[in-house]
Amino acid sequence: MVDLAVPRFLRPLAAPGADAGQAISFGPSQPLILDCGRELSPFTLAFKSYGAPNAARNNCVLVCHALTGDQFAASRHPLTGKRGWWDLMIGPGKPIDTNRFFVLCPNVIGGCMGSTGPADNDSATGKPYALSFPLITIRDMVRAQAMLLDALGIERVLCVLGGSMGGMQALQWAVSFPERVISAVPIAAAARHSAQNIAFHEVGRQAIMADPEWKDGAYPLHGTRPAKGLAVARMAAHITYLSESALQRKFGRTLQDRAAFSFAFGPDFRVESYLHHQGITFVDRFDANSYLYITRAMDYFDLAAKHGGVLAEAFRGSRTRFCIISFTSDWLFPTSESKRVVHALNAAAMNVSFVEIDTDRGHDAFLLDEPEMFATVRGFLNSVAGQEGIS
Amino acid sequence: MKPLRPDLVAIAALIPAGSRVLDVGCGEGGLLEYLVREKQVDGRGVELSQSNVNACVARGLSVVQGDADTDLADYPSAVFDVVILSQTIQATRSPRAVLAQLLRIGRHTIVSFPNFGHWRIRLSLFASGRMPKTATLGYRWYETPNIHLCTIGDFTTLASECGAAVKQAFAIDTKGRTRRMHAAWRPNLLAEGAIFMLTAAAPAE
Repeated sequence: MVDLAVPRFLRPLAAPGADAGQAISFGPSQPLILDCGRELSPFTLAFKSYGAPNAARNNCVLVCHALTGDQFAASRHPLTGKRGWWDLMIGPGKPIDTNRFFVLCPNVIGGCMGSTGPADNDSATGKPYALSFPLITIRDMVRAQAMLLDALGIERVLCVLGGSMGGMQALQWAVSFPERVISAVPIAAAARHSAQNIAFHEVGRQAIMADPEWKDGAYPLHGTRPAKGLAVARMAAHITYLSESALQRKFGRTLQDRAAFSFAFGPDFRVESYLHHQGITFVDRFDANSYLYITRAMDYFDLAAKHGGVLAEAFRGSRTRFCIISFTSDWLFPTSESKRVVHALNAAAMNVSFVEIDTDRGHDAFLLDEPEMFATVRGFLNSVAGQEGIS
Repeated sequence: MKPLRPDLVAIAALIPAGSRVLDVGCGEGGLLEYLVREKQVDGRGVELSQSNVNACVARGLSVVQGDADTDLADYPSAVFDVVILSQTIQATRSPRAVLAQLLRIGRHTIVSFPNFGHWRIRLSLFASGRMPKTATLGYRWYETPNIHLCTIGDFTTLASECGAAVKQAFAIDTKGRTRRMHAAWRPNLLAEGAIFMLTAAAPAE
C-alpha cells in the first residue's frame, strides 16, 4: 500500500479548504540515487492528479512542469489562488482530456511546492538543507518521478508532456525509460541548454547571491529572505520568455500612470512596472535556493553528452512516438533546437511529428491560448490512445 | 475523408499492407491517412509547408516539417519498405540527389510526376512559342515551383543513371486513370503523367 499524505508548503494556504494535492514519502530503504554521486533520503514527492486511472492502468499522462511551475497544472494554486498554469490544456473535454486520461503532475525534486528541496529540513541535522542540498539534474527529477509511478502501480505512461524544462524531462524520460514511455511531447524545449541560456541563468543566480539577505544560502537559518535578488532574477528571466515584438506590442514606450518623464529612477515606463510586478509576485511563491538548484539542473542538461555527443544514439532502440512542438518567436528554445531533436530522431528511425507554431508570444506561448498547439496535442494524443486501444 | 485522387489510388495499390512507408511531400496527408487506415502501414510524412504539417499532425499522422532537398540525409539506409515522392520531384532543387536519397532510404521507391513530353504540351510550345500552361501545370514560367520538369523519357534515363531498376511503371491519362506502361503505347507522347516503382539495383557481383 502506498502512504499518501498532504504535502507541506513553505507558505500558508490561500484558503483553508484549498486543494493541496498529495505527497508520497520514500523512506531510508528507497533513497534517490543522484547523478552527483550522492543519495537523497528520505525524500518526498508532491503531486496533483486529474481524472482517474482505468482498469488496465494504461491511460496515465505524465505532465512535467517548467522551471518555476508546479504540480497545480489544472487546478487553483493552493498558495496564490490563481488558475492552473495549463488550465487551457488539461480538463474534461480539453486536449488532455481528463474524462479519458489519468493526468499526473509531480513537483520536481529540488522544488519548493512540497517535494523535497533545499528549504526542507535535513533529517540528519534537523535543520534546513540550504546549500548542503545535493545538486540535482533533469535525470534525477525523472528518476524520482519513476519511483512515484512505481509506487502508484503505473508501469507505462501513455504520454509524457511538458514545456521548456518540462520538455527536457519528457525527452529524458524517453531516453532513461524508453520501455515505459509510449509517447512524448516536448514543447518549446531542447536536448541541451545553450550557452546563451546558461548565461541568462547565471545572471539570475548572481542576482540572488548578491542579495545580502541570501547569507550564503543559509537564509532559512537566519530568518531572512533574498526577495530582492530573487525578484531581479525573475525579471531578467521573464524578458527571455517573451519576444521583442510582443513586448513592443504590449507596452511600446507607454508611460506608467504619468504624462511625462519623472527625471528620476522610478518606473516611468509600463514595461518596467510590469517587470516589477512579475518579480514581486514571484518571490511570494518561490524559494530562492530552489531557483538556484533548478536553474543549475537545466544548465547541466545535455542528452547527447552520455552518447559520445551523438544525439541519435541516445534514442537508439526506443519505440517511443514523439511529437515535437516549437514556436517561431521563441528565442530561448528556438525552433533550430527542436529541429536538432527531430533530425536525431529521424536518424534513429523513430516515429516523430514536428510542428512549428507561428506566434509572436515567445517562449511563454506554451502556457498561452495557442489553438494550433491544442489541436496538435489533441490529435496526437487521440492517435496514440487509439493505437493503445484506450476508449 | 475526401476520396483519393486516382493517381494516388494507383500508388496505394502498390504498397503492401503493414509496411513501413515514408511519404515525402505528403501535403495535407490524404494518401498517408488512407494508407494508415486502409492498409495499416507504419506511415510517416515529410512536408515543406508548415500549415500542411500542422494539419497532418492534428489528424494524428506522424509528419515533420522538412525539405526533400536537405532533410532526407538524416534518415538511415533501407529503413523504410516504401518511400513515396508524389508529384514533387519536379519541384526539388536537385532531383538526382533527391532520387539517390530515396533509393538509399527505401527498399522500394515510388515516384510520380507530370510528363512534360505529353503531346498537348509539345503542341502548345510548338504552336504558341510560349512556355506551356496546362491543367496540371497551371503556372506561368516565372512563378512556377516546378523548376525541374521532365518527360517520361528523361526520368527513365535519370533512374538508370542512379542505378535504379524499374519494377513497375504506369502511365496516367488526362482523366487520371492509370495503365501499365508498354513501350508500344508510346507513353512519353500520350501520358499526362507517370508512376514509377524503383529499387536500388543490387550491386554488381
